[in-house]
Amino acid sequence: MVDQGPYAYWVILASFFCALTLAVLPVPQWLAWGRPEWVVLVLVYWVIALPHRVGLITALLLGLMLDIVEGAVMGQNAFALVVVALLSVMLYQRLRVFSVAQQAGVVFVLAGINQMICQWVQNLEGAGASNLMFLLPAFSSALLWPFVFHLLRSLRRLYRVN
Amino acid sequence: MFLVALVVVVLLAADLRFNALQTARSLMEVAAAPVYWVADLPSRAADWNREHLVSRSDLLEKNEQLRQENLVLKGRSHQMASLQAENVRLRALLNSSAMVRDDVLVAELIGVSPDPVRHQLVLNKGEQDGVFAGQPLIDADGLLGQVVEVSPLISRALLITDATHSIPVQVNRNGVRAIAEGIGSLTSLEIHHVSATTDIQAGDLLVTSGLGGRFPVGYPVAVVSEIERDPGQAFARIIARPSAALERSRHVLLVFTAKPPTGD
Repeated sequence: MVDQGPYAYWVILASFFCALTLAVLPVPQWLAWGRPEWVVLVLVYWVIALPHRVGLITALLLGLMLDIVEGAVMGQNAFALVVVALLSVMLYQRLRVFSVAQQAGVVFVLAGINQMICQWVQNLEGAGASNLMFLLPAFSSALLWPFVFHLLRSLRRLYRVN
Repeated sequence: MFLVALVVVVLLAADLRFNALQTARSLMEVAAAPVYWVADLPSRAADWNREHLVSRSDLLEKNEQLRQENLVLKGRSHQMASLQAENVRLRALLNSSAMVRDDVLVAELIGVSPDPVRHQLVLNKGEQDGVFAGQPLIDADGLLGQVVEVSPLISRALLITDATHSIPVQVNRNGVRAIAEGIGSLTSLEIHHVSATTDIQAGDLLVTSGLGGRFPVGYPVAVVSEIERDPGQAFARIIARPSAALERSRHVLLVFTAKPPTGD
C-alpha cells in the first residue's frame, strides 16, 4: 500500500461511473437483449484485483445506484451484484492465476447468475421475460471480458491503484 | 456479510410489497441525473450534427416546406376556433361541462429503460417544472404513457405498452368502452374482456375515455389491427397498434389537465 497513486480512488469511481453510463446508454432495438453487463464486468475486475478494497459493501452501493439508474426494484441489482462480488471474493486467488480465456468462462457463469437473480426479482414484480433471451448478456459479457480486463489492468498500473 | 444480505432483503421487501421507498428513490434519482446526461451525449451530438451541418439549400427547402405546412395548419386552426366556440355553445345547451383545452409542457427524452421487458422513459423535466406522478404523456400522434416517478430534475414515465400498464379507452366511432393492456411489445396492445358480439372492427380508433380520472378524454391511444372472434370463447381477442411513436419520439408533451387528479 506504499505505492499508491494520487488518483487511485478516482480511477475506481470513474470506472464504475462509466459502467453505469454504459448500462443505460440507448442502443438499437436489436441490441437491447444482448447488452453486456458492464457493471458486473468492472466489479468483478476490481474484486479480483483489489479484494481488500472492493468487496460486498461496494457491490451493495453500486447495485443500489444501478437500481436507481435502471428504474428497477430497489435491491434487485444490489442483490445480484452482492452475490457476484461474494463469489468473486471467494474465487479471486484462483481467478488471478487463470488465463484470460478461463476467466471469461467464470465471468460467463457470474454474469449468468446475475441475470438469473435479476429475472427472479422481476418475476416477483410480475414483469419477467417470457423466454430465455435474458441470458444473452452472459455471452456478450464473457466475450468482452478480455477487452475490459486489459483496459482496466493498464489503467490500474498507469495510476498505480493498489 | 449477513448485514449486507439483510439490507438487500429489507430493501426488496420494502419496495416490492409496501412501496415504502418513494421519497428515497426520488432523492437518489438526483444522483442518477449525471449518468443520464453522459449517456445522452451521443444522441445529442448526433442531433447537433444534424442541425448544424446541413447545406444551405437543404435549409431553404426545409424552411419552405415548414412555411407551407404552417400555412395549412393555421388555416385549419382558424376553422377550429369557430368549431370550438360552436362546440362550447352546444355543450352549454346540453348542460354538460365545457371542454377545456389542456396545457402542455415539452420535455425531452434523456433515457430509455435498458431492460427490454421494462418500457420506461426518462425525461429531462422534474418536480421543479411542476411534473407530478400520474401525469399523462403524449406525443404528436397519441398517448405515450404516464409519469410514475418524479425527482427534482428528472422524471420517469411508464409507456402504455409496458406489461404492468392498462388504460381505459373507448372506440371513437361508437363509444364502446374497453381496457387496453400492455403486453410488453412496443407495437401492440391487447383489449381484454370484450364480448364477441361487441361492435368493434379492425381500423377503429381507440381514444382515452377519461374514466378512472387519470387520463384526459379524447387522446388517441391505438388503432385496432386484429380481431379474432372464436365462437368457442366468451371474449374476442383484439390487438391494437399504438398511435404514438413509442420507440421514436424524442420530444414529448406532458399534459396538465384543467384540474389535477386528487390522490391515486
